[in-house]
Amino acid sequence: MLIRRAERPAGLRGARVAAALLAVAAVIAPAVARAQGYPARFEIGTAASEQDIAPIAIAVPSDGKGLPPGSGDYARGKTVYESACAACHGADLMGVAGLPNMPNGAQLRLIGGRGTLATKNPVLTVESYWPYATTLFDYVRRAMPFTAPGSLASDDVYAVCAYILAEGHIIDKSTVLDAKSLPRIAMPNREGFIPDPRPELFK
Amino acid sequence: MASPEPVAEKTRALEEALSRIGEPIEEAQARELAALEQCECKDGMFALAATRRGLLGGAGTVAAVGMTAMLPRHARAKAPAGAVEYPVPADSTKEQGRLMGIDGGYGSRSQFESEVRWANPTRTASFTPMQSGYGIITPSGLHYERHHGGIPNIDPAGHRLVIHGLVDRPIKYSLSDLKRFPTVSRTYFMECSGSSGSEIMKAREPTVQRTHGLVSTSEWTGVPLSTLLRQTGLKPNAAWVLAEGADAAVMTRSVPLDKCLSDALVVFAQNGEAMRPEQGYPMRLFLPGWEGNISIKWLRRLEVSEQPFYTREETSKYTDLITATGKARMFTFTMEAKSVITFPSGEMRLPGAGFYEITGLAWSGRGKIARVEISTDGGKSWSLASVQEPVMPICQTRFRFPWIWDGLPAVIQSRATDETGYSQPTHEQLIAERGALESGSLFYHMNAVQSWGIAADGSVKNAHPSS
Repeated sequence: MLIRRAERPAGLRGARVAAALLAVAAVIAPAVARAQGYPARFEIGTAASEQDIAPIAIAVPSDGKGLPPGSGDYARGKTVYESACAACHGADLMGVAGLPNMPNGAQLRLIGGRGTLATKNPVLTVESYWPYATTLFDYVRRAMPFTAPGSLASDDVYAVCAYILAEGHIIDKSTVLDAKSLPRIAMPNREGFIPDPRPELFK
Repeated sequence: MASPEPVAEKTRALEEALSRIGEPIEEAQARELAALEQCECKDGMFALAATRRGLLGGAGTVAAVGMTAMLPRHARAKAPAGAVEYPVPADSTKEQGRLMGIDGGYGSRSQFESEVRWANPTRTASFTPMQSGYGIITPSGLHYERHHGGIPNIDPAGHRLVIHGLVDRPIKYSLSDLKRFPTVSRTYFMECSGSSGSEIMKAREPTVQRTHGLVSTSEWTGVPLSTLLRQTGLKPNAAWVLAEGADAAVMTRSVPLDKCLSDALVVFAQNGEAMRPEQGYPMRLFLPGWEGNISIKWLRRLEVSEQPFYTREETSKYTDLITATGKARMFTFTMEAKSVITFPSGEMRLPGAGFYEITGLAWSGRGKIARVEISTDGGKSWSLASVQEPVMPICQTRFRFPWIWDGLPAVIQSRATDETGYSQPTHEQLIAERGALESGSLFYHMNAVQSWGIAADGSVKNAHPSS
């Protein structure tokens, strides 16, 4: 056991141990320094199989790697949207205000707002702000609709993305979204992000 | 020897009390309890103004005189959250107190204490009552909360943390696996990046709980993430780690590998016991000094990758739109130096001129607090506060400052400087740097100097330099 080894007096150990102790004694309590027993690897945990990983590895990066098979278009997306999304995001995609225990209407808004980012009342939506269409797919698939998160089939997720992006005038209503076309969408605010420059030098 | 009847009566009372453990109280009862606890007839000072008005409204003398008469009625009310209501004896020295163990083996706070977290109207965040906190540790039940899909109820028996992606050996860990690793305990603050955002343009919220309560401090115990990543190994092109929660939002954030290999922890304990469900039970990521939401709760998956994933919570949210330019800062992780005076603070009332000990908290995501300065003249002059040892890195630090109030209107402020030399800015400096933004919920990383205005009648209000 590690603990028992830690309690052994240092004198029982060789000169190299003593030298190592001197090196670390200033920052680590001697009882711990004497332990020496922590292995580089522990035989703890279980190998994760493909069956463990695949069902939960649902994140989609911006290059679209891992997007599922399937496809969807505007017409199907409109149907999905009306049944699964409109109650909170509004029939006009402008967000519904005053819902109990929900974010305010502005935060539920999905489209509009281009040209407002450099004002003191910016309107942040999928259309005006989101840099990647893959993020929309990823988020809808993992967390929407609110009352049944993660319940939409891949075809429906592609379709509802097509509907939202077409209503936001980012793609044509004729565009079919799938694993190939979705990552290629050029979002209007794609170049709108910069690295963190802080700490700021205040005047 | 006690007669059987009082004993039986006491037993019944205790059983009744036990049966009420965990029962919520209604808002009206909570207000009544708060009023009794803080009314001026009890200790005369620091009462919340709103509570005083509620208590004294139209019947001030009756309320004050009727205090004693009200107590028994109050004692029959259901207990505040986190407390159990027990009978109050007329003289506690003349009968035996309750037996150990009747609380089921897990204690509760006094039924006369009623401080609670304040939940925002959308019930997506709750705020720590900093105005009544002591020292630097936040009680686990008062730690602020921010959830993106509610609080999941997770049985650890079925929960696994899977580490995969650009690793040599994908591994899954149960909670008991995790506890077998060498652990560390660290006392760290955690703060929501949206904390105080409401206050950037003007004074909006009335109390320090609502202006600054999205920050708390706990002792966290867990396993260094570097230890876990050494078990899996890392491919040469590994650069980011996606962390994912098991909540309804399946909340995800991308974390630079450097952070994962330095001070990142996977924690399972808070303040000496299992972490609370609302903090991520059974396990969460903890990234010291970084905005709270990236310390993914209910952690179920870590995927090592070459690039960030640009998840919803690091693109559409938690990016800092600089309205001065229309560009948004992305991956703004660090919570910078900040402080606030918690006494006296908004909606309190000082009973008159004289001595007060100003106190509050300071913290920095970049390390230790180097100094805290206090101004009692609205920022014209500053004096050093004393800071309570030990001052720990990335941890709230309690400061104190003796003050004789002359009874004239005053504006009191605190300003923290951390060990990197960074000092808290003013609102004007932040707005000049980042641009004006009316929606407080969009203004992240708001760490400006907070002002409390004290009127001649002793009432304390949130004050803003622009108003």
